[in-house]
Amino acid sequence: MTKPTLPISDSANLLDKVWDTHAVRELPSGQTQLFIGLHLIHEVTSPQAFAMLREMKLPVRFPGRTLATVDHIIPTLSQQRPLADDLAERMMGAIEKNCAEHGIRLLDTMSGQQGIVHVIGPELGLTQPGMTIACGDSHTSTHGAFGAVAFGIGASQVRDVLATQCLALSKPRVRRIDVSGKLRPGVYAKDVILATIRQLGVKGGVGYAYEYGGPVLDAMSIEERLTVCNMSIEGGARCGYANPDQTTFDYLRGREYAPQGSSFDRAVGWWKSLASPPDARYDDRVEIDGNAIAPSVSWGINPGQNIGIDERLPSPADAPAEERASLEEAYGYMSLKPGDPIAGTPIQVAFIGSCTNGRISDLREAARVARTGRVAPRVKALVVPGSQAVARQAEAEGLHEIFRAAGFEWRLAGCSMCLAMNPDKLVDREICASSSNRNFKGRQGSPTGRTLLMSPAMVAAAAIAGHVVDVREVL
Amino acid sequence: MTAIDRIEGRACVLRGNDIDTDRIIPARFLRAITFDGLGEHAFQDDRIQAKGDHPLDDERFAGASILIVGANFGCGSSREHAPQALMRSGFRAFIGESFAEIFAGNCTALGLPYAILEADDLAALMDSVVLDPEQQVLIDLEARTVTSRAGTVAARLPAGVRRQLLEGSWNATRVLLDAGDAIEAKAERIPYLSDFPA
Repeated sequence: MTKPTLPISDSANLLDKVWDTHAVRELPSGQTQLFIGLHLIHEVTSPQAFAMLREMKLPVRFPGRTLATVDHIIPTLSQQRPLADDLAERMMGAIEKNCAEHGIRLLDTMSGQQGIVHVIGPELGLTQPGMTIACGDSHTSTHGAFGAVAFGIGASQVRDVLATQCLALSKPRVRRIDVSGKLRPGVYAKDVILATIRQLGVKGGVGYAYEYGGPVLDAMSIEERLTVCNMSIEGGARCGYANPDQTTFDYLRGREYAPQGSSFDRAVGWWKSLASPPDARYDDRVEIDGNAIAPSVSWGINPGQNIGIDERLPSPADAPAEERASLEEAYGYMSLKPGDPIAGTPIQVAFIGSCTNGRISDLREAARVARTGRVAPRVKALVVPGSQAVARQAEAEGLHEIFRAAGFEWRLAGCSMCLAMNPDKLVDREICASSSNRNFKGRQGSPTGRTLLMSPAMVAAAAIAGHVVDVREVL
Repeated sequence: MTAIDRIEGRACVLRGNDIDTDRIIPARFLRAITFDGLGEHAFQDDRIQAKGDHPLDDERFAGASILIVGANFGCGSSREHAPQALMRSGFRAFIGESFAEIFAGNCTALGLPYAILEADDLAALMDSVVLDPEQQVLIDLEARTVTSRAGTVAARLPAGVRRQLLEGSWNATRVLLDAGDAIEAKAERIPYLSDFPA
């Protein structure tokens, strides 16, 4: 006897509903063939996919559902073509040719809409609740801030999406993360996600999608939710999302690619129906105490290795046996000592930007701090807006003048020193206070360079002090 | 596409958890439009810093086709360049305690099996291979086991992935194309692709 097919139950969570809306069929492997509503591509992980497509003699199935930009390799001082780096110029040429050949819209540096792919999707209104989104970049989880289900993928999967607008995926389990209470002054979305990863671990999310909620998330702006969802991947989760609410709808209204007029009102009706109800089913639930979160700083070689600014560096002897080797490796690489405070650690470079913290609200918070002083001697401080639109807005508000007056360099939009595929790199053993997302060994361009992750306001404060400092002392 | 039911060969032991894809292939090697030549740069910075004392430079592991790793291997960036670099330096499969999901998805797309062992079994396998690197290690996808001189132990692999490898359907594009017009039919029923019908 076969079981009757039940309609999606009232207690289905957002991921259940979005999954069901996009499932084309169950594959012989047991995975789901999932339709991808929005595909974003950039210059690093797409040329190989287009080459595979050519080899298979396949067209792009839905060229209107893919949008391209250039972000990873783009220089932030001069974007004059041809680019000084011949390899970067070839990558630019490849995406231009591939997009032209396949009828894909490319937002290049001449468009006025170029920027980090995870910054421009939201700000153009491309990213919307209930969408499935894929991009050949692990930080695609960012788009979940709208209640979208967004996956980072590799080049072969970029080929799959170009050829079929689908992915073969297993449905993740869902862990609800409630952030309770209220954030204290000087504590930002970046601190919330750093504290979450510290608590749940860098592999705690494997097999899960993270659904963020609770009073702290409810009170957040979309830009703050983008920061939280952005680093879901750093916690091992396949994706992360927040439920759509009035904040989401207000953000989207009037944006270029958002529904317009009466379509918008109908869209809001559908978007509201997707949010997880109060009695939604979850595979796991966790609570994070928002009141207890302090401005946080990473000290090691993965984002879970972070502490509150008031704390001292943990002792490997106190850690569970299986973590001890990792901690010792981190201390060896970072040249820091257990028991020392993280406050006071000298820095040589400060980087404000990235898909985690390169939006206008991030720059406003950093500028508030920049107003209080001047960048310390021998510290190189960079502000890299996440997109051309962010740069224009910041310039309209005079933020660039505040940064420049304080001794920060005001650069052009791109990924820049988050992963250092362009000329912005650490040198040798430099320590960088960074608003980016990864403190992996060698991440910022020098194989021995060191990264301390923190909020943009904390980076600005460190730039001025010349060492790690509690931003609450200057706010 | 070829079906993959077993991988047998010598193995290389790379200890440590949370080894990220930036370490497997540093970002500066991603400034290219193909995956050509990545093999020689696998773990380049780790190897330079280890001054020759890295498992990938250990002559006893030379020619290994299976890489044995710890937990959360391949975390971080989605760059397919990471499994591509390891594949191009001769590895055909991985054995570990756990794998980051995007890395695992990329391995599947390349037909590279990843077998997951219990921590104790993995530790015993690592010790055995370090002691006797000449031995053959066998990953049997059909039987869901890994066999070495440390014995035969149970190995896990997500059921869907195992099936894709056994069926030779790990290049997903062809399989996804089989849905035919059902893709367009689904698109027509997605609210935001049809102006949000009332």
